[in-house]
Amino acid sequence: MPPPARSRAGLAFSAWAARGEFRLQVCGDCGTTSYPPRDVCPNCWSSRLEWQPAAPTGRLLADTVLHTSTNVYFRERMPWRVGTVEHESGVALLAHIHSDVPTPAQGGQPVRLTVRTDKSGQGVIVALPVEDTPHMNDEKQLRELSASVRHRRVLITDVRTDFGQALALKVREAGASRVFAGVAEPWKPFPGRDALATADHIEQVSLDVTQGDSVLELAGAIGGKTDILINTASHVRPGSTVGRNGLTAAKDEMETNYFGLLRLLQFFGPAMQGRAADGDNNAVCWVNLLSIYALSNWPAYATTSASHAAALSLAQGARADFQPSGIKVLNVFHGPLESEWYQPVSPPKVTPAKLARVVVDALEAGLEEKVVGDIAQDVMARWQENPAVLERELTQDGGAL
Amino acid sequence: MADARPSQPYPGVVLAAPVTVPYRRYSHQPAHWWIGCALRALREVSGLEPADIDGFCVSSFTLLPDTAVGLTQHVGLSPRWLDHIPMGGASGVVALRRAARAVQCGDARVVACVAGDTNQVNSFRSMLTSFSRFSQDASFPYGGGGPNGSFALLTRAYMDTYGTTRETFGRLCVAQRQNALAVPFAMMTRPLTLDEYLDARVIAEPLHLFDCVMPCAGAEGFLVMSEDDAKAQGLPYARILSTIERHNAFPEDPIQLRGGWVLDRDALWSQAGVTPAAVDLVQTYDDYPVISVMQLEDLGFCGKGEFNDFAAEQTFTNDGTLPHNTSGGQLSTGQAGAAGGYIGLVDALRQLTGQPIGNPVPDAKVGLVSGFGMINFDRGVCTAAALLAAA
Repeated sequence: MPPPARSRAGLAFSAWAARGEFRLQVCGDCGTTSYPPRDVCPNCWSSRLEWQPAAPTGRLLADTVLHTSTNVYFRERMPWRVGTVEHESGVALLAHIHSDVPTPAQGGQPVRLTVRTDKSGQGVIVALPVEDTPHMNDEKQLRELSASVRHRRVLITDVRTDFGQALALKVREAGASRVFAGVAEPWKPFPGRDALATADHIEQVSLDVTQGDSVLELAGAIGGKTDILINTASHVRPGSTVGRNGLTAAKDEMETNYFGLLRLLQFFGPAMQGRAADGDNNAVCWVNLLSIYALSNWPAYATTSASHAAALSLAQGARADFQPSGIKVLNVFHGPLESEWYQPVSPPKVTPAKLARVVVDALEAGLEEKVVGDIAQDVMARWQENPAVLERELTQDGGAL
Repeated sequence: MADARPSQPYPGVVLAAPVTVPYRRYSHQPAHWWIGCALRALREVSGLEPADIDGFCVSSFTLLPDTAVGLTQHVGLSPRWLDHIPMGGASGVVALRRAARAVQCGDARVVACVAGDTNQVNSFRSMLTSFSRFSQDASFPYGGGGPNGSFALLTRAYMDTYGTTRETFGRLCVAQRQNALAVPFAMMTRPLTLDEYLDARVIAEPLHLFDCVMPCAGAEGFLVMSEDDAKAQGLPYARILSTIERHNAFPEDPIQLRGGWVLDRDALWSQAGVTPAAVDLVQTYDDYPVISVMQLEDLGFCGKGEFNDFAAEQTFTNDGTLPHNTSGGQLSTGQAGAAGGYIGLVDALRQLTGQPIGNPVPDAKVGLVSGFGMINFDRGVCTAAALLAAA
């Protein structure tokens, strides 16, 4: 495990990095950019330090290739290249240096800066070549800092929907060596099944996340071969809290969205943890597709929102559980989907192709959080600004933002 | 604000009783044991009893959860002046500065300055993981190289900017090894050739094995008191000609190619009334040779970037020209934690008082001691230096 300890300000850097955002502190009083993370501006002693998006450019001033380390994780991955970069703003920072970045000459070597979370789940800075180079994502250090589907085996828990199918095909197209496509009650036909059946290296497997035996059986068969798990199983029903009779729909939602996730975690989690350091094609990531209304209840889908809130809470617990092994948890938040149960909702809605592309890209970038689509991004921005105001906004006009 | 007023000289204040608790590669004893042994050695050398020591100054990385405060009770001292200096390689010179003012101003009569650390099998790693907030947030996660990684980058930048060669670094290391061979507790016991230096295995490019110190356990100490008290006690002593100290100099430099000495060296030389040509021995803080080069250049022994040529004209050995790190320095004797910030000062005191452990520097009258400490993030923050003279 790379060193995980961070100060509170360092955790803020990590929280942005987990969303793929390279941010540095800028003083709200004097405008000075500073790094490493601080509590007070080193220029004017103001405590109004704001995390602002940072220019992704700098100059590599000096590099080294480490051949020894006091840290066991890095020791096993030597040699490892790091360097000193002068950021566009003038601050100096240390970064992991991609092997395609040329050795700095006099005056420094221009680099492109990006952020990743490392295996400890904390944010780190990576210097890349200014222009893309062939196969650059397969480079050892960058791959270690991503959760790329390339050469990995991916379980998609439910492919009965357009979304599950789009993901299966996209993940395979992006280079996954094998896709396990979960099908509940496989004797029941579903549209799109034939297209999946004819695709190379996509294997349909029986999986019903609402049945413990089913999850246990599949985990026994492929748990040790699952490098990335994308949980697409979802149960959605429109309806408010008091406007609906009985608990059937709400229980079904919880059975899939919450207990289903918990079953998957309990049966697949240990096997994935055990393979987190298993070579180049190791177990790396757990992906949850969550409604953005997990953050704040959408009254028109009140019980669905509640079940996703429960799932989000569980995902946070799982992230902590997985942290010592290095398995990432990626939560992809989406707004209304282009599917039958969101049929009454006005556009914009997220399409299967869009969701699949975003998930694959987020894995490549090693993210822990991704928000997909205009509505979800809007809700997230409002939530970050003021959750109490968002709750009131969602109660107006039936929550149509 | 106007320019700083010049600092006052140290009339009638001296340092005496250099002690070293012989180093060991690993020790199961805690830092308290090593510091206690240094105090006992000070007592034996000086003939002073614990009750005579009314000032106490401590530096240590491995003393936690204790500080100098806990140590007073542990060792049974009741000082009226107490300091704890967490400045790593600058600790020795800074301790001397603090203690000298205390004696000069009457806040203490005799100050025991001690630095000591243990080295248990895991203590170096655990020190690195909690070394500083900036290193925890922004340095250690990048490969966990610790000081090897940081100094590899500084060395690379220095070589690229000034053309300093590995051969030049090697000359310093080889000379220090020769000085260390007469020191019985030095970690390194065999002579080192330039070829061996150049061909050693890579640690973090461009650093190879003999560019890096070996962590060990040990302690160093000395006493600061009035000249009259030293005479009355019959102790050989050295005078303080001048001292400087600076922290976080040149924060705007994107990578460290110079240290705070550049800001303060004029004051150092002018207060002492001597020039580099008058110096008989130099002790630099030498956890990596690039830092010795930086100190020698920044203190004015040669121009910036001129060290290749300068080094070619010096032997750096105790029997030659510009004796440097006369007991082998940390690179050959070992880095005993914070005692690494004392080793140069204590050995300068030995040489200037005619009681060397290893080979003597003939007719040593003026010694320069320089300190450099604490890679808080990407560079050493603390710099200090002192010019000392034989009585």
